[in-house]
Amino acid sequence: MRIDWDEALEIAAAAHVHTIMTYGPDRVAGFSPIPAMSMASHAVGARFMALIGAPMLSFYDWYADLPIASPQVFGDQTDVPESADWWDAAYLMLWGSNVPVTRTPDAHWMAEARYRGQKVVVVSPDYSDATKFADEWLHPHPGTDGAVAMAMGHVILTEFFVRDPVARFTDYVKRFTDLPFLVTLTERPDGGHAPGKFLTAADAGLGPEEGARWRPVLADARDGQVTVPGGTLGDRWTGAGAGRWNLDLGEIDPLLSLHEEGGETAEVVLPRFDEEGGVVRRGVPVRRMAGRLVTTVYDLLLAQYGVARPGLPGRWPTGYDDASLPCTPAWQERITSVPAARVTRIAREFAETAHKSGGRAMIVMGAGTNHWFHSDTIYRSFLSLLLLTGCQGVNGGGWAHYVGQEKVRPLAGWQQLSTAADWARPSRQMAGTPYWYVHTDQWRYEKFAASALSSPAGPGLFGDRHTVDLVAQSARLGWMPSYPTFSANPLRLGAEARASGQDPARWAAGEIAAGRLGFACEDPDAEENWPRVLTVWRANLIGSSAKGNEYFLRHLLGARDNAAAHEAPPEARPREVTWREEAPRGKLDLLLALDFRMTSTTLFADLVLPAATWYEKHDLSSTDMHPYVHAFSPAISPPWQARTDFQIFHGLARRVGELAVGRLDTAYDLVATALQHDTPGEIAQPGGTVPDWRGDGRAPEPGRDMPALALVERDYTAIAGKLAAFGPLAERQGMTVKGVTVHPVPESGWLAARCGRAPDGPAEGRPLLDTDVKLCEAILALSGTTNGRLAAAGLSALAARCGPGTGLAELGSAVAERRVVFSDTQERPVQVGMSFEWSGKEAPDRRYAPFTINTENAKPWHTLTGRQHFYLDHDWMAEYGEQLPVYRPPLDMAALAEDAGDTYGAEASPDGRAVAVRYITPHSKWSIHSEYQENLLMQTLARGGPVIWISVEDAAAIGVADNDWIEAVNPNGVVVARAVVSHRMPPGTVFMYHVQERLVNVPKSQATGRRGGVHNSLTRLLVKPTHLIGGYGQLSFAPNYYGPTGNQRDAVTVIRRRSQEVIY
Amino acid sequence: MRVMAQVAMVMNLDKCIGCHTCSVTCKQTWTNRAGTEYVWFNNVETRPGQGYPRGYEDQDKWKGGWRLKGDRLVPRAGGRVRRLTRLFANPELPLLDDYYEPWSYDYENLTAAPLGEDVPTAPPRSLIDGAPTAVTYGPNWDDDLGGGPEHLAGDPILRKIGGQVRMRYEQSFMFYLPRICEHCLNPSCVAACPSGALYKRIEDGIVLVDQDRCRGWRMCVTGCPYKKIYFNHGTGKAEKCTMCYPRIEAGEPTVCSETCVGRLRYLGVILYDADRVGQAAAVPDERALYGAQLGCFLDPDDPAVAAAAERAGIPHQWVEAARSSPVYALIARYRVALPLHPEYRTMPMVWYVPPLSPIVDALAETGNDGEDAGNLFGAIETLRIPVEYLAELFTAGDTGPVEAALGRLAAMRAHMRRANLGEEPDPRIAADAGMTAGQLEEMYRLLALAKYDERY
Repeated sequence: MRIDWDEALEIAAAAHVHTIMTYGPDRVAGFSPIPAMSMASHAVGARFMALIGAPMLSFYDWYADLPIASPQVFGDQTDVPESADWWDAAYLMLWGSNVPVTRTPDAHWMAEARYRGQKVVVVSPDYSDATKFADEWLHPHPGTDGAVAMAMGHVILTEFFVRDPVARFTDYVKRFTDLPFLVTLTERPDGGHAPGKFLTAADAGLGPEEGARWRPVLADARDGQVTVPGGTLGDRWTGAGAGRWNLDLGEIDPLLSLHEEGGETAEVVLPRFDEEGGVVRRGVPVRRMAGRLVTTVYDLLLAQYGVARPGLPGRWPTGYDDASLPCTPAWQERITSVPAARVTRIAREFAETAHKSGGRAMIVMGAGTNHWFHSDTIYRSFLSLLLLTGCQGVNGGGWAHYVGQEKVRPLAGWQQLSTAADWARPSRQMAGTPYWYVHTDQWRYEKFAASALSSPAGPGLFGDRHTVDLVAQSARLGWMPSYPTFSANPLRLGAEARASGQDPARWAAGEIAAGRLGFACEDPDAEENWPRVLTVWRANLIGSSAKGNEYFLRHLLGARDNAAAHEAPPEARPREVTWREEAPRGKLDLLLALDFRMTSTTLFADLVLPAATWYEKHDLSSTDMHPYVHAFSPAISPPWQARTDFQIFHGLARRVGELAVGRLDTAYDLVATALQHDTPGEIAQPGGTVPDWRGDGRAPEPGRDMPALALVERDYTAIAGKLAAFGPLAERQGMTVKGVTVHPVPESGWLAARCGRAPDGPAEGRPLLDTDVKLCEAILALSGTTNGRLAAAGLSALAARCGPGTGLAELGSAVAERRVVFSDTQERPVQVGMSFEWSGKEAPDRRYAPFTINTENAKPWHTLTGRQHFYLDHDWMAEYGEQLPVYRPPLDMAALAEDAGDTYGAEASPDGRAVAVRYITPHSKWSIHSEYQENLLMQTLARGGPVIWISVEDAAAIGVADNDWIEAVNPNGVVVARAVVSHRMPPGTVFMYHVQERLVNVPKSQATGRRGGVHNSLTRLLVKPTHLIGGYGQLSFAPNYYGPTGNQRDAVTVIRRRSQEVIY
Repeated sequence: MRVMAQVAMVMNLDKCIGCHTCSVTCKQTWTNRAGTEYVWFNNVETRPGQGYPRGYEDQDKWKGGWRLKGDRLVPRAGGRVRRLTRLFANPELPLLDDYYEPWSYDYENLTAAPLGEDVPTAPPRSLIDGAPTAVTYGPNWDDDLGGGPEHLAGDPILRKIGGQVRMRYEQSFMFYLPRICEHCLNPSCVAACPSGALYKRIEDGIVLVDQDRCRGWRMCVTGCPYKKIYFNHGTGKAEKCTMCYPRIEAGEPTVCSETCVGRLRYLGVILYDADRVGQAAAVPDERALYGAQLGCFLDPDDPAVAAAAERAGIPHQWVEAARSSPVYALIARYRVALPLHPEYRTMPMVWYVPPLSPIVDALAETGNDGEDAGNLFGAIETLRIPVEYLAELFTAGDTGPVEAALGRLAAMRAHMRRANLGEEPDPRIAADAGMTAGQLEEMYRLLALAKYDERY
């Protein structure tokens, strides 16, 4: 029913105030993705959430668009070249990326660069739109791309490192990767060895004591002695490291390999996942250093890739044509179907072109390879090709990951304002995937132990624990954030902590140790631990990103659903997380949606607020595809009763403030946050172990082996006033981005002059942010990319840490005069400037390419060694056998005890025929997720409703003709669609292009009698435990930066022809 | 010599990404009205595929264009008498099923559905009678090879080249063919109109329908072999692509060109000798039509042509425009653009650079080095897209000009690759393609850099 704005806002505000009072502010949440494409609309709502203490849920990792390999390898969220840099590439591989469809405006660069003699190779299971442009098309079986890349790595290591070393490649990996670093080997009961931890300065008793456990070491080729290079994490956060955090090796010549004739060797046991329980034993050259048996990452890498050298024991392939052992070209052919000779040739061409062109070989990689459960291993095998050939940090070379649209170029300002860090710190930022995994109860349907995917060569850490047990463990160790955090209202805890007279963090740790205070995620189905109020804006959660859509409907919303999966039987249930017999249905009290169109989210929302579109409001936009920041400007005013997001959140804040009087007033909120990347929190847990205190009677230490705790004062009556003004903390405490702090003191003055000052109230005298234009102005003024003074200040600060030899201060002075104000962006898109916020250089005559500051100015990557990592030595990486790049096949759902559920029977099909196929959901033409493919023109140019693409062979097997209605059914749900039969599809795989909404032309399912679902109705969340690791260098949480992916590519489904009579 | 000027277009199919932005912006601009729901002045076909309306290239069925009767051109649909006798019962018109039944959705249901156990959806409704409908065909049904071998068997070109093409996963190929009205030099639609409503503008050759004179006989629909004239069932008159003449007159490119995301469209002036058109359209050998049409085009740098143009009243600016015309360069200087279905004898003026890719792929399968420049030329016959298919589209089946055009594109890539990698230029590359290194680099500028002000 329709109500007026006042009533709607009052209902929403009352729900917020009631929930905060009764359950706590962390039982409220906000979801709004992709700030880059309308920064102010995102920031105003996120800022509101931060001011009331509600968590914002991350999107980039939740969408599985975040390539976890990026933080793992680079210590960075995602930093990629703009599309114009494709033009600079001499060799371009499009690997799982359908550029004409998903990067439509930029595809012309790819088409045109071929005329410059660029060679284009497309790797895609279907004859995709991109394949039309390919000089070569490789079509491995879906999800086996890692095997292709591992074999290419085998060829490159064999020919360009071992057989005939290329000086440029060797020099690159010595300076810019962890390959020369020393790794200890630990002896196994079977006599073999396991790759262990990096040898550190602490082990070797070298260098300053401060931070010594965070200084991995290498051997110097000149004298073979262990030496401590600069630039490691130990130099980043310690007093001793000031001026030393750089990649300048001075006289040191890193020893890449310990291999020498007649030298000592040891056999390491390495997993192979292409065979059940498989391992290979291969020798590596070793020495005893600092009392330990060590080898180099490079030596381990050659063993992993199966590249033999004389004198090493173990089983090695006899040649490229040996299909029995990883990672030869013949071995990959068995797995992928791609001819071995072609893989060999392309690998060779790739490396030769990189050699000739100085690193201008590029891999555009996309969701086709990034949305799998094991995508991090796939990506690491791709990145290895680029690192080995010296392409990363070079214009025209390196990785070009385009999935999602995450790049907020004016980062510092947006981050400061969207987290309300100018008023209160810290804010609650939640990793989306574990949030939904826990609160939509998808874990209750998971029937396998986390160890089902452990390495056969691993230490066996997971035993029979359920993945949700690991999620809870990662929360209590401070690895991942977790909201609601505690089993009690954090406002009550804040009050009690204050009353105790103790340090609030210590008090809370004591309560936990005494067993009086529990973590909410250890009993997520308890009523007091549910999320209660969720606001979704600029997003279509329920129709688009909700992997395990039917479980969202059932448990979060309490709506009807099409899932038929059974819950885990008692023996497969969690060991540490409480199992409640009756799963809750309908946890949310209020789903509030702001939108300008009808979606599944608005259909299921309790309250829908009509929002203005992009062309009815002022906002800012940027992207990773081009170097500009530009304005959205209203072409018309919001029609009818629509309001901008900015106006809506300000209206909501005012009403919350009014209702808070006498109810909430000023409260003290006990806020728990994870150990965060690019802060000293990332050196909380040395050695990459699992320092769990639960069960061993030890009291946890906040910020060390449990989350950091802070008491935040919140005056709930002042929310609206603070929302509309720039607070004082940015000037006082600085704004910190990626570990660099700048103080916007002149900017605050400039903003006051530009925007006026608050005349009274809680923000009296502060610069006003009471219009969307002023908020945009503030984002630009507070960011280095658009304000050269801040860029220069940040680069100077960085220079102090990295040392004057890096020339970073000089880089800063080159951009210090640049300044972009909002009216500039309204006139035309404005190119941003180089800044400490990003890793690449850009200039009018230079395209943006990531990590060029690292390669050209010796600035370390934000990793443990300060270099790009092949090797990850955390305990959980060893458990999963992923310390090094490795091929892991797509999940075998049957082997993982994925039951058929009460899967709707074959009677649904007239003739009982069905095919079981891999179910893939790539991005479609003519839409940004669900937007705007239900538009009549787009539907007319397509098939007018939901379709599933199916191969000629599979269609024939079930008697399906083109445009027949079919049903795709699996335990998670049902999709009703029409078939598009095409020979461009490989047999055994179907595509349902992303987000064909249930809004348009979706009949009722013959199997269930209810409305057919969306593409995510056949998926269910599976959390990869290694993504939960935290508190350890680059393996530390940051929102939208690092966290478990909401992957969905490994799904399988059964397809049947259904009755051609449909009912709507 | 009777010099006339024509605004012509070239589309580089090697760059088309199949995004259909041209179709959408054209439709929004020109045919977003009742009566024109099914009208797509611009459409983009996936080839192989049936095209729109389906199978339009089958002139045995649709009787579009001209045929040679002795040495005389007559409309394939018959002479004036035959056409008059069929005024009221023309069997050679595509029907609703050959286009599609336009539809919309009951969007209202999403907000007005009564409270129920299930979420509402918007079911399809016919835009013809408003009744519930099922979507069974559309204007782009075979996008990206949708429909598979069974549907694609209806592609008239495939039928022509017979069993050479196998619709198998491993051998898949496709490319996109954007189409607008050809604004022919010898338009059969104009000839077919009993009311004299269709005309070709003298100043720029754009073919238009005089809405006041049109009586809705629809003979033009039959006469046009490209099926680019549509009947507005609201007004009862014919409508067609106007080459966005109001924009052209204001010095702006057509909407489809302006919004082309792949940057593959080129617009420009071509001078031609109107006296030669009739003869050129009537050369007996269909395969000679491409050459004959090229023979009508005049070199704007030739002083005699310029003088004749001035005498014919063509403004000096137009002669200048003809000299810098990217369309003339691609068609006549570099010979990489080819006409669409010259065998219809209408002398079409929207030409196409055939798609090159993927080429190395085919070579790799034969074990050859796909990077070797010498191999690239030999390889064109083994292109994943059969050259015969392209030849049936562009040269009445003559593979020679197609191979030559593709060879020039390949030579450009090979030449520029050496430059890109800092290697010594190899003069043989250009020579083998019948060009100079300088020409290859000029062509590269036009095709690769493709700056806005040089495309239009």
